[in-house]
Order: sequence, then C-alpha cells, then structure tokens
Amino acid sequence: MSDASQQLDRADSRVRHDEGIAGALRALIDRVRSGDLGMLPVIVGLIVISVVFSTLNPVFLAPNNLVNLLFDAAAIGLISLGVVCVLLLGEIDLSIGSMSGLSSALVGVLWVNSGVPMIVAVFGAVLAGALVGLLYGFLRNKFEMPSFVATLAGLLALLGMQLYLLGSTGSINLPYTSALVKFGQILIMPDWVSYLAAILPGVLMVFFGLKTMARRREANLSSAGRSVLFAKAGLLTAGLLFCVYYLNLGRGLPWMFGVFTLFVIALDYALRRTKWGRSMFAVGGNAEAARRSGISVQKIRLSAFALCSSLAALGGVFAASRLASASQQAGTGDVNLNAIAAAVIGGTSLFGGRGSAWSALLGVIVIQAISNGLTLLNLSSSLRYMITGAVLAIAVIVDSLARRSRARHGRA
Amino acid sequence: MNKGDLILKLRGVSKQFGAVTALQDIELDVHAGEVVALVGDNGAGKSTLIKVLAGVHQPTAGTIEWCGQPVSLDSPGTALELGIATVFQDLALCENLDVVSNLFLGHEIDPWALDEVQMEVRAWTLLQELAARIPSVREPIASLSGGQRQTVAIARSLLLDPKIIMLDEPTAALGVAQTAEVLNLIERVRDRGHGVILISHNMEDVRAVADRIVVLRLGQNNGVFTNETSHQELVAAITGAAENSVSKRMARKQEEASA
Repeated sequence: MSDASQQLDRADSRVRHDEGIAGALRALIDRVRSGDLGMLPVIVGLIVISVVFSTLNPVFLAPNNLVNLLFDAAAIGLISLGVVCVLLLGEIDLSIGSMSGLSSALVGVLWVNSGVPMIVAVFGAVLAGALVGLLYGFLRNKFEMPSFVATLAGLLALLGMQLYLLGSTGSINLPYTSALVKFGQILIMPDWVSYLAAILPGVLMVFFGLKTMARRREANLSSAGRSVLFAKAGLLTAGLLFCVYYLNLGRGLPWMFGVFTLFVIALDYALRRTKWGRSMFAVGGNAEAARRSGISVQKIRLSAFALCSSLAALGGVFAASRLASASQQAGTGDVNLNAIAAAVIGGTSLFGGRGSAWSALLGVIVIQAISNGLTLLNLSSSLRYMITGAVLAIAVIVDSLARRSRARHGRA
Repeated sequence: MNKGDLILKLRGVSKQFGAVTALQDIELDVHAGEVVALVGDNGAGKSTLIKVLAGVHQPTAGTIEWCGQPVSLDSPGTALELGIATVFQDLALCENLDVVSNLFLGHEIDPWALDEVQMEVRAWTLLQELAARIPSVREPIASLSGGQRQTVAIARSLLLDPKIIMLDEPTAALGVAQTAEVLNLIERVRDRGHGVILISHNMEDVRAVADRIVVLRLGQNNGVFTNETSHQELVAAITGAAENSVSKRMARKQEEASA
C-alpha cells in the first residue's frame, strides 16, 4: 500500500514528487520563482513597513497601537473581502466606498433618527447593498456594460444618495452607550478566548489534515506526509500565539477583528470547497468554457456583485461603529482604493481567476499599517494619499509581472 | 435504449449570423450505437452544427427531436442534461484550474463540501481508461501540452455517461498512439450503445470508424455515404465537383509518374 509506484497519482516517472519537509520547501521555492508569489509580497511588505516606521516612531510597534490598527482594519477588510469576489471574475467594483458610506448613512437615519431597532437597520443597510450589487450584475449581464463603468456611475449615484439622506444634519452621531459603538471601539476578547482562537486553527488543521490523509491513503492516492502537516500547524500555532500574546500585553484582540476573520474563513470555505466557489474561479478563468460546462455565468456574476456590495455595506456599518457617527465623509477619500489595493496586495489578481479570501485579511493589514504609520508621523492626508496611490501602483505592477512570469512557466 | 434506435433527429435546421447563412435546411439522424462522421471543407458549417447541438448557438429555424420528443437546446446546460456531451475544437478548458476541477466543472461531487478525494480517484481512473499520459491531475491546465489538453477534454465528455458524444477534430493535436486510442475509444463508446458524431478532416480516421459519412457543403447537406465510398467520390462531395483541386493534383501526379 505504501509503495509509491503503486499509487494512482505516482505512476508517471517524469514528475518529481516532493516528499517531506525538504520537498515542501523545494516546491514552495519553485512556485515563487515561477511567479506564484502567494503570501510573499505581504510578508516582505510587513517587514519593510515595520522596520521603517518603528525606526521613525517606536510607538508604531507598541501593543496598543497594533490593537488600534486591527480595530481600524476590520471595516476596510470587510469591504476588501467583497472586492476579492468581483476581482475573481475579472470584474471590478469602484463604488464600494460610496456603498459603505450610504450604508452608514442608512443605519444612522433608520436607527438613530427613525427609531428602527439597530439590528433591523443594519440588515436593511446590507439588503440595500445586495440590491445595488444585483443591479450591477444585471447591467453587466443584460447590457454587457463593463463593470468599471457601471460601478463608476454607481460611485456618484450612491454618494448622492448618502448626501441626500444626511442632507439636513450633515452627520448623525451614534449613541456612545449602544452595543454597536462599543463593538467598534472597546469590545475586546477575554484573554482565554483569544488564546483559544490562536490554538484552534492549528488543531483543526491537524484534525482535518489527518482525516484527509487517511481517506487519500484508502483511495490509493499519495499524501503530503505527516511531518509537513505537523510543521505547518506548529508554525501557524506558534505565530498566532505570539501575536495574541503580544496584543494581550496591550488591550487585547478586538472582537471586531475576530468577526471580520470569521467572515474571511466563511468566504474561504465557500470559494475553495463548494461548487459555487469552483464556478467563480472557472468564470474568472474562462467564462465561455464555464458556460459550456453548464455553469450559469449570469447567476455567478449576480452573486459576486451582490456579495461585494453587501460586504461593502456591512463594512460601512463597521466603519460607522468605529467612528460612532454616520457622516458625509464616510466612505469617501481613500476607502475605495485602500480596499482594492488590499485585495491585490494580498495576492488576488486583477485579471480574474486567481486569489483567495485570505488576501483581503493579509492585504488590509499591510494597507492599514502604512496608513497607521503615516498618521503616527503626523503626515497630512495629502501625503498619505500619494503614498497609498504609489503602493497600489506597485501592487498592480507586481501582479502583472507575476502573471507574465507564470505564463512563461506554463502556469495559469 | 436499444441499438439502432433513433436518438437525435434534425429537420430543416438553419442558422444565420446576420447576413451569413451558416446552416440551411440541415437534416441529420443519429442512432444508438452508430458513429456518424461529419465532413466538409472549411466553412461548411460543421462546427456551427455541433455548437447548435451543444446548446451554444440557437438555430434560427428547424426542429430537433431527442428520442422522439421535440426539444429546444437553449443552453449548454440543457444539452448536457439531455445527454449530449461535446468536445469542442477549442477544448473550452479553464487554464487556471487543475485537471480534476476541469473534468468535474459544473458537475462537482457534493456541491456543498467538494469531495476532492473521490473526484481525484475518478479522474485517474478515467484518464487511465483513455491511456492518457497526464503527469499530475493537480497541475493547472496551463502547464499541459496540446495533446494532454485534448485528452482532458475528451475525458470530461465521458464523465457524465452521455447518450451522444460529439467530437470536433478530436485527433488534430494527438500523437500516433493517442490517435489510435481515441479511435478505439470511439468504437468502445459506440459498442456501449451511444451515438457518436465525429468531425474530422482526416479521411483515414473517418473511414476507419464511421458507419455513415454525412457531407456538408456551404452550410447544406451534400449527401450521405458509407465507409465503402471511394475517396474520390467523397472529395467530390466535399468540394462540390468531380473536377477539383484534389483530383487535378492526383491526375498531375499520375501523369508525372507515367511520363
């Protein structure tokens, strides 16, 4: 049974099979060299950012500053998660900022001004997002309207609606004692919950990893080997434990970021392990091939746009709870570009068919670290915009170069 | 479904692209356990006809009967559900997905928790049946050669156990051994009682496996032949004249040989 040559997927002698930890490392290096960068840009980016900003201002790496950073990252991160969905199809949504602003205005008007229960107001805002997304999908499907034009029109229209809603007052303050504002400003996981959250992923990884391995062995397929699994899980757990320990030196891990992470995990599962997710990648890779396989390309598009705008709306609610207000400035400025840049920096391709939900989380930490560091240096927003713009440009260049390299190495 | 039963019946099928009539009044019958070859020159409408049957294009006129029932093939999904599987000339594979994902695209096992192990096992079994040489089913299609992609496309058409398989130039990109494998496969599929529609420019392949040879010319039927028909007759039907560039070339060669 364990004889490698007998296994179904090990019959071809031309293929090098990487066994064990050394093999896994070698495969990783091969992938990176052929342009499959994975998490590499994020890690390099974070190291550079940490070194630069902590030498300029040591407060940058202080635990409480990092806690604030995570608080700030959750809203943009959720918006960026939606962007991943549309980018996977090779589409774009430029109205996410306006959508998040409109959604915060909706919550303010419905909840604070009209007295609708808070939960209902939040649901209403997310529903409004879903409807806007469906409209974009409809325009794309029926009129073949390029999504960047449709959503550019949406950017202005939604901003107009936001201003209209807030018109008389200009901004609405959310009550400080409410659960929503507490969630966005002070709710922190108890230490034991945060440590549990750090250990759980590794444990689950080993549990499901061993289960899959057993099934593969039963089916006469090769598997990566226990040493690799344990090494990966060990590294992950050690890393997470260190992060949580460090954050707990300050205030601790924000619930807001925890909830955002749960959304990332849910979308990651949906993209990698369900038929819907497979169809998303197929439509992004080759829409005509997907159609001929019997996939309803139109429905997939509708779902992606609806999900994107809904997540943008929820991100708007998070942002409002963070600022304890719904204002005319919400969702304007660099929100759009930050969310798109986060997805691209995290490794989701602008050209469609490549990416993952985790790219939103990793990318948003990079983007938020830059923004946080620049704020600590007391730089005006003019400089911050310029630097964020440059970072987005670099991320897109890296994406394009990696794509070209992958094409040369015979990888999609 | 017994051998010889009529599965697919086309009457008066036409397809227009704007001012261009790609197909006009096409008649075609496909029976269970029969290989029908569709031959014709470039632009004769073979691929268009295949795409109409695959639900990719909708005909502008005419009727399509499936097992005696009139059907409308309004989407590729409908055609697949009825049991019409197609290997397109451009293969229609997603380069960013691996072999397993491509084979099962649109028909994944367990839609809410994809069963990767079972899909991978079936992928290997299917590819071994085709004597395919695919190094790894977990590599993206982009890393495969033309012939390997062709095999993946053929394997995918067999996955759903269809009643009719349509192959558009299936051997164009294949090596000697694999061409023979595909021809064997076509016969195996036929012997299982399925209908096969084969498009090929290679008359040798066509004669080797076809029970009937349907000739299209300029978007119209131009006769039905058997594999006993002489090469000249077939070429004449395809080009539309006994006096054509192929026969002229043959005559010239013969003259040169005798001179």
